[in-house]
Amino acid sequence: MAQPRPRVGLFVTCLADMFRPEVAFASVKLLELAGFDVKVPQRQTCCGQPAFNSGDREDTADIARQTIDAFDGFEYVVGPSGSCIGMLHHYPELFEENDPWYQRALNLKSRAFEITSFLAEHLKQETLEGAFKGTVTYHDSCSGLRELGVKKQPRELLSRMPGVQICEMEEAETCCGFGGTFCVKYPDISNRMVSNKVENIRATNADLLLGGDLGCLLNMAGKLKREGVEIEARHVVEVLADMIQTPAIGDAEQSA
Amino acid sequence: MQVRSPEFKESARIALTDANLQKALGNLKAGFPAKRATAAARLPEFEALRDQARDLKNHIIEHLDLYLEEFERNVTANGGTVHWCRTAEDARQTILQICREQGAKTVTKGKSMVTEEIGLNEYLEKQGIEPVETDLGEYILQLRQDHPSHIVAPAIHLTLDDVADAFHEHHKRPRSEDPAVLMQEAREMLRKKFVSADVGITGANFLIAETGSTIICTNEGNGDLTQTLPKTHVVVSSIEKVVPTLEDMTLFLRLLARSATGQEFTVYNTLSTGPRRPGDTDGPENFHVVLVDNGRSEMVGSEFQEMLRCIRCSACMNHCPVYGAVGGQTYGWVYPGPMGSVLTPQMVGIEQAGLLPNASTFCGKCEEVCPVRIPLPKLMRHWRDKEYEKHLSPAAVRYGLKFWAFFAKRPGLYRLLSASSNRFLRLMAGKKGRATRLPLAGGWTDHRDIPAPSGKTFMQQWQEQNR
Repeated sequence: MAQPRPRVGLFVTCLADMFRPEVAFASVKLLELAGFDVKVPQRQTCCGQPAFNSGDREDTADIARQTIDAFDGFEYVVGPSGSCIGMLHHYPELFEENDPWYQRALNLKSRAFEITSFLAEHLKQETLEGAFKGTVTYHDSCSGLRELGVKKQPRELLSRMPGVQICEMEEAETCCGFGGTFCVKYPDISNRMVSNKVENIRATNADLLLGGDLGCLLNMAGKLKREGVEIEARHVVEVLADMIQTPAIGDAEQSA
Repeated sequence: MQVRSPEFKESARIALTDANLQKALGNLKAGFPAKRATAAARLPEFEALRDQARDLKNHIIEHLDLYLEEFERNVTANGGTVHWCRTAEDARQTILQICREQGAKTVTKGKSMVTEEIGLNEYLEKQGIEPVETDLGEYILQLRQDHPSHIVAPAIHLTLDDVADAFHEHHKRPRSEDPAVLMQEAREMLRKKFVSADVGITGANFLIAETGSTIICTNEGNGDLTQTLPKTHVVVSSIEKVVPTLEDMTLFLRLLARSATGQEFTVYNTLSTGPRRPGDTDGPENFHVVLVDNGRSEMVGSEFQEMLRCIRCSACMNHCPVYGAVGGQTYGWVYPGPMGSVLTPQMVGIEQAGLLPNASTFCGKCEEVCPVRIPLPKLMRHWRDKEYEKHLSPAAVRYGLKFWAFFAKRPGLYRLLSASSNRFLRLMAGKKGRATRLPLAGGWTDHRDIPAPSGKTFMQQWQEQNR
């Protein structure tokens, strides 16, 4: 009898759930391709980051406990966001070391992975077939980059796609100005930051902007649209999973 | 100095449309980060030195009392005097007292952020003593009655044009935009002051416990003239700058120059060890060290203790996209950028400075470049915790959070909220795939479109597929 496949709990993330379900479906597809049994625990909601970054520790801890429970028993917890998975990695900070939840938070942290870093390690296919042909430019979202060390992994995965060429932008590691609630609390500063980012994206002349975090992608895509820039934006897993039939972020339904 | 941090948002809006400031900030962005990166890459042990520096600083802070007392003993043994000042007011009075004893009319000053922190210049002026800034940047600011916007390059918010105007107005000479001419002008003006000053006041980059020495690191040499020509040298320093030995100091010097300006070494690193001894050819007759606490000892043992590791290199602000967009004066007090967003609430109160630790996307670039690895985003988040605990965050934010958290803690209801928001957003966008206006989301839609959801929520679709 074949070995049972290791179980992955998909951390959907609020933004993928609400704005871009394809990102979660693409994640499931890729994780299954990598040989995992993928489940979507129904007791998950948000990672709690909005409360955490607003100083509301109590609600953050409640949400953390709920998330820890929801993902109990999975060998891995994988999500399509460096920011949300980074938040799961912050959970131990929420509890005193003698609190049993502290150990459980540490345990969750050890099992929680951002999707591109997880796939780069577990996806054995050397070639990934996809309909997309063209140049892409990649924005390194801050939390993934600096909290989880996500930099080479998405590029390595993209390099397995024969039709994809990467054209790096200037300042790929500079924040796009999203910052969760920052973009509405400090709209003028955020606007300056995303304007700088869009200039750098535009200068690449790439066909497609990719990234690993929907918050940043919604911000950059929204600005690209407002400025009338033709470059499309997608989450990197959409391309990797060859799920690019849906219009790009912020684009209209194509008339048939 | 008046605290203008509550006006942060308004100041930011003005700064973003100030073409001259934006030009000046463009120069900063193009300069320091690239130089730091090159300098760091050229030193193979740079990362290891950062670890060492972090650990050593942690050790010093744990034993701050011991090292400060050792420092005092050695200053005294060298013939100098240490003054302990708990508050800014204590420090101002102590310095005034020293100036009065010397009958001082003019004091020259080397660049010192601590004297900015305690508002020394305004205070001395009120007491009839003329403070003369001798650092070129500070000198320009003094002519303009302006304040530093950066802790290492205080006049970085100004352009050559601004400097030419200020010199033309105050020096009464033909206007020049040639940096060499301007430099020469400043030199001529300052030479007279150096010679006539009764007291020279400098800051300190480090205090060395084992020798009772202080050191300043400058690129202009003005500090040397400030501290050797007058009869009395007063060093004003905050307490966390003490290091155990000269060898320890060299570790920090290697990191400081590279992190600050990308130099391998600052041009002038000048140690002062007590007053002139018999047989010395130069040096002051009197040597005083004014140690300023001003809230720092309260940070020991608090969640902000790690901030005391700061060596004032400015790498955090040089790399901060928010600082780069709005400049240092927008922060509304002495210390700008990420380090200022942690220190200012400590010194002027979170009630006044609450907007500063919120003005960060937590992108983490500051922590990435900090030579002593201060977790600046974490410390800014701690201030947000304090703000929330004290009910200082805006009511809309608090109620919004509570409303959202109520749902986030109830998965079934959260599904419903997500599904209805999703439906609403799709309705607003119609067939365009995005909306250009959205009620209550002006902060977003003033500047960018809001992409519409591409379909029902994932959770809805997942259940429909019955998986």
